[in-house]
Amino acid sequence: MTMIDVRGLTKRYGLDTVVDDLSFTVEAGQVTGFLGPNGAGKSTTMKVILGLASPTAGSVTIGGRRYRDLPVPLEEVGALLDAGAVHGGRKARDHLLALAAGNGLPRRRVDEVLARTGLESVAHKRAGGFSLGMRQRLGIAAALLGDPRVLIFDEPVNGLDPEGIRWIRDFMRSLAAEGRAVLVSSHLMNEMAQTADHLVVIGRGRLIADTGVAEFLRGRGEGTVLVRTPEPAEFALRLTATGAAVREGPGSALVVSGLASEEIGKLAAYHGTVLSELTPQRPSLEDAFMELTKDSVEYQGVTA
Amino acid sequence: MSARTVFFGNALHAEWVKLRSLRSTWYTLACLFGVGLGITILATGRAGEVYGSASAAERLAWDPTERSLTAYLVAQLVIGVLGTLVVTSEYATGLVRTSLAVTPRRHRLLAAKVVVATGVAVVAGQVLMFATFLLGQSLFAAQNVPHARLGDPGVLSAVVGGGLYLAAIALLAIGLGTIMRATAGALTTLVGIVFLVPALAGLFPSWFQGLLDFWPTQGAAAVFATVPNPDHPHPWLNLGGMCLGVGIVLAAAFVVFHRRDV
Ligand SMILES: Nc1ncnc2c1ncn2[C@@H]1O[C@H](COP(=O)(O)OP(=O)(O)OP(=O)(O)O)[C@@H](O)[C@H]1O
Ligand SMILES: [Mg+2]
Repeated sequence: MTMIDVRGLTKRYGLDTVVDDLSFTVEAGQVTGFLGPNGAGKSTTMKVILGLASPTAGSVTIGGRRYRDLPVPLEEVGALLDAGAVHGGRKARDHLLALAAGNGLPRRRVDEVLARTGLESVAHKRAGGFSLGMRQRLGIAAALLGDPRVLIFDEPVNGLDPEGIRWIRDFMRSLAAEGRAVLVSSHLMNEMAQTADHLVVIGRGRLIADTGVAEFLRGRGEGTVLVRTPEPAEFALRLTATGAAVREGPGSALVVSGLASEEIGKLAAYHGTVLSELTPQRPSLEDAFMELTKDSVEYQGVTA
Repeated sequence: MSARTVFFGNALHAEWVKLRSLRSTWYTLACLFGVGLGITILATGRAGEVYGSASAAERLAWDPTERSLTAYLVAQLVIGVLGTLVVTSEYATGLVRTSLAVTPRRHRLLAAKVVVATGVAVVAGQVLMFATFLLGQSLFAAQNVPHARLGDPGVLSAVVGGGLYLAAIALLAIGLGTIMRATAGALTTLVGIVFLVPALAGLFPSWFQGLLDFWPTQGAAAVFATVPNPDHPHPWLNLGGMCLGVGIVLAAAFVVFHRRDV
């Protein structure tokens, strides 16, 4: 079921077109990864979804309604845009109590979300003293207050340690498994490949890809094979003779393309060449992502 | 989906929880009373001497009520801080986005903030003005200079009017905070309005001089007096004029808050 429907969304700041005629949907029961390089317009799109920024053109609806027309917003959508967005002087529980009060949610919900995010022991501490991971959890607790069907997270794993990342990843998977629609932004393709079911990739505000993760992984192209041998120069000649392309890899290894590892093994056996390593390599997800977005990176570093 | 809807009362409740759950709210209120009562003690402490050396004309114009309420000059800045922070602390932390996600109707959110802060400011303003009045009068009595009682003509009007004056300044600060979105900017503007403009009044064109009749610490402060002032025969009119000005600033705040991206 379509929960978020972004249609022809354009957002301009002055002359800058930050989001450019963007359309995609976010479906229930899955994690949708929202990917793009820095400045691609992910946060801006999320702000428009939540009615925090008004679109220059196009529309966004949640279950068919604009955000501000939702009768009880927190029961429809929970969002975490910025984990730092709490008043440091307020205790975690008071922060959540205020948000719950705003939508007439029972106090019981506050204790439930504190428990679900593992914050019970710090509920009476001021948020100003929280670590980034705890703030992140507090933000997620706030998003869960109304038991919403749609969840929106802007770079929830940014700055977290591996354990925190694992926790968030599992958490989002469990939210989707409960049938909720989860939209998560990131610039890390690897991260998304492990978390998301569906990918929406944007660059410079335009849609680049809107695809299932499985399809994306399948379609990411030919791999290479890493070969190590005591006689690299000689074997390289034999490889090129079969039509394969060979370049030098790290530590006098050979990186072979155009020939499967099976064939390379046979070739070595035929010539009696000793192989110390034969490893097929797929282009990394990050490589695939950079390939996809290379034309739309806003600030490109100069390679030394 | 439930058939439930949220109302203004929910936003009001949320703002009240937010305000009371911050230590800074209580510190600011404590500061308001500390400063207010402290200044009253300082300002009335030498009343015996002052009265003793006053001329006959000065004694005729001796207004114990107004003298006991002069702490408003500083108190208005402290209550202004309270008003400003209701809005600007949310901008400083980004909490305003969360608040708007909870209450996406922007006028509703700002109105809830205004109502809650006004409630607190009205109560704090009244309590402070009554407290400074009673403290000042008891100090006058101890020094054997003429003093006033709440039942004396014009006294209740001055004390209550003074409390309302302070609440109006808090409202002005909320408006400035919303428009400027930053604590420092809003407070600087408030100080400019309250102190700088009157000090530089001579430099402004003549049409502007008329506005000073309704300006904070100028004409609008006539409400603190019980001895009639020929320049301001109807002090409540002057105070009403200031409230109108505050209303205009607030209206502008509602417009920009509704329009701007956050
Ligand atoms: N309020 C604003 N005024 C002007 N420009 C803005 C504003 N907000 C965002 N931008 C610009 O819009 C572009 C997209 O920003 P956005 O924050 O949406 O990107 P993002 O995809 O979230 O990037 P990141 O991965 O770095 O978080 C950036 O170039 C940014 O400078
Ligand atoms: Mg962003």
